[in-house]
Amino acid sequence: MGITIQQLSVFLENREGRLDEVLSVLAGNDVNIVALSLADTAEYGMLRMIVSDPNKGKAVLKENGITSMLTDVVALRVPHETGSLSKAMHQIVEGDVNIEYMYAFANGDDASAVLKTDDPARVVDILRGSGFDVWEASEAYVSNIKGRI
Amino acid sequence: MAAVSLENWVEKIRDPKIECMSRDEMAALQSRRLVDVVNRVYNNVEFYRKKMQDIGVEPGDIRSIEDIGKLPFTTKEDLKNNYPFGLLAIPMKDVVRVQGTSGTTGKLTIAPYSQKDVDVWGECVARGLVMAGLTDEDIIHVCYGYGLFTGGMGLDYGAKALGATAIPMSAGNTKRQMMCMEDLGATAFACTPSYALYLAESLQEAGVVDRLKLKAGIHGAEPWTEEMRKKIESILHINCFDIYGLCEVTGPGVAQECIHHAGLHVHHDYFYPEVLNPATQEKCADGETGELVFTTLAKEAMPLIRYRTKDLTSIDHSTCECGRTLPRISKFKGRTDDMKVIRGVNVFPTQVETALLGMGGAVAPHYMMIVDREDNLDVLTVMVEVDESMFSDEIRKLDALRNKIAAVLKTALGVSVRVKLVEPKSIQRSEGKAVRVIDNRNL
Repeated sequence: MGITIQQLSVFLENREGRLDEVLSVLAGNDVNIVALSLADTAEYGMLRMIVSDPNKGKAVLKENGITSMLTDVVALRVPHETGSLSKAMHQIVEGDVNIEYMYAFANGDDASAVLKTDDPARVVDILRGSGFDVWEASEAYVSNIKGRI
Repeated sequence: MAAVSLENWVEKIRDPKIECMSRDEMAALQSRRLVDVVNRVYNNVEFYRKKMQDIGVEPGDIRSIEDIGKLPFTTKEDLKNNYPFGLLAIPMKDVVRVQGTSGTTGKLTIAPYSQKDVDVWGECVARGLVMAGLTDEDIIHVCYGYGLFTGGMGLDYGAKALGATAIPMSAGNTKRQMMCMEDLGATAFACTPSYALYLAESLQEAGVVDRLKLKAGIHGAEPWTEEMRKKIESILHINCFDIYGLCEVTGPGVAQECIHHAGLHVHHDYFYPEVLNPATQEKCADGETGELVFTTLAKEAMPLIRYRTKDLTSIDHSTCECGRTLPRISKFKGRTDDMKVIRGVNVFPTQVETALLGMGGAVAPHYMMIVDREDNLDVLTVMVEVDESMFSDEIRKLDALRNKIAAVLKTALGVSVRVKLVEPKSIQRSEGKAVRVIDNRNL
């Protein structure tokens, strides 16, 4: 598996119970949600998730009439130390890569953040070159499951 | 799957004597039939007799088709006031069937038929099926609703007259439609264009398009655009044809497109079309848009004299490249009913459809228009589905898309539009007539 990971994104209309429906479909098909972020606008919501099996997640949502897409993102791994995220961000900015959005998730002893950028592969190079690590897909998809990591 | 290109098309004409008749011969036939129908309604229908007497016209004043302008109009209101059988011109025992409108508002509009009326109906639909390249060897999957609505029965009678095989699926249950279409080897299908697109997308999603034997689609009962036709054709690899009719006049088969898609050929030996300026009722010149008005020249049970359809179109009397002399009415620019006046501007749902489809596949052609009045101002909201091809995980991109759609619609309609992005397949796909406009203004 690659060093970028796949995020599952779902377009949600702002109506009662819609989020619950999406989560139920994933739960009912044994797709575990590792991390999520829910962005809302006046008219719709955007659910972004790291899940145990992104392709399966997309497929089961489609079977239930829910449109989703897979996007390459980077799962940055930062130590729980003041200033470590700031330092990582500084390196990315220096490298001239734009961050579209980011959200945090917990994984083991380290803090982690999902980054959506216009050049995921380059971000990985920048981070690794400056002493940071990223979660690989094989690690990220099974985060925090008991007995792993 | 077998779309035929125009170069390789072999035109077949079911009744060349009528369909390619010279203008003079046709006028003579129409004149004979008009004189006959006017006499029949004057003698048998109180309503028509009174209406003619009111304006001082007698049957003897009508000697040829040129005299049609002397006759009074009939409106949908008149049908309502004479509901259900007030306009019958034959004894009830000679009525062999009754059809009706899908009845979106209030009472049904009823259409009674004699056996001859049913035969004429089937004959006209059969002419259309031949226009679509079909023969008695074809298998026609009819997924128009069967019932009072004329769609199902109309195509059924047409298939019967042609000697083709009809599969009376009726509407609904898309999974079963797909299964039967494949298993029974349908070579053509008939339904509303919005359902045709939905079915085409479902067949594509299921990956069965390559296993189908379809070559033609016959779609009508609601206005649709060239862009929508091309979309259905490209998904299913078939040729699609627009069919038109209204139950009061006979049902589907009043007019239909040929392969040249240069307007819909009207069977004017049975249904005499006039296109009139809706305000002045003056005859429009060829190419000029006006209200379509029909006189049923041979109908027995409920003949209609100068019936105002409220459909807006233009007419072309020149001979078509297919060889037919049947005049052609343009694709509908909407109904006087569907037209919404928004901040003083006339807006038709078909304009929205054309604009969305004109965005080169960036936007799904499923939409809903909602008209509200806020602080005494009309507000038009257009709901557009976010399908897989346009979906993005970035809100910035979705907002940019929404703004782009709003700009395209504003240019096309001449009024500003609020665009609301909604989930794919959340806008209802109709199996009858698609509802494209909701007007909350209580005007």
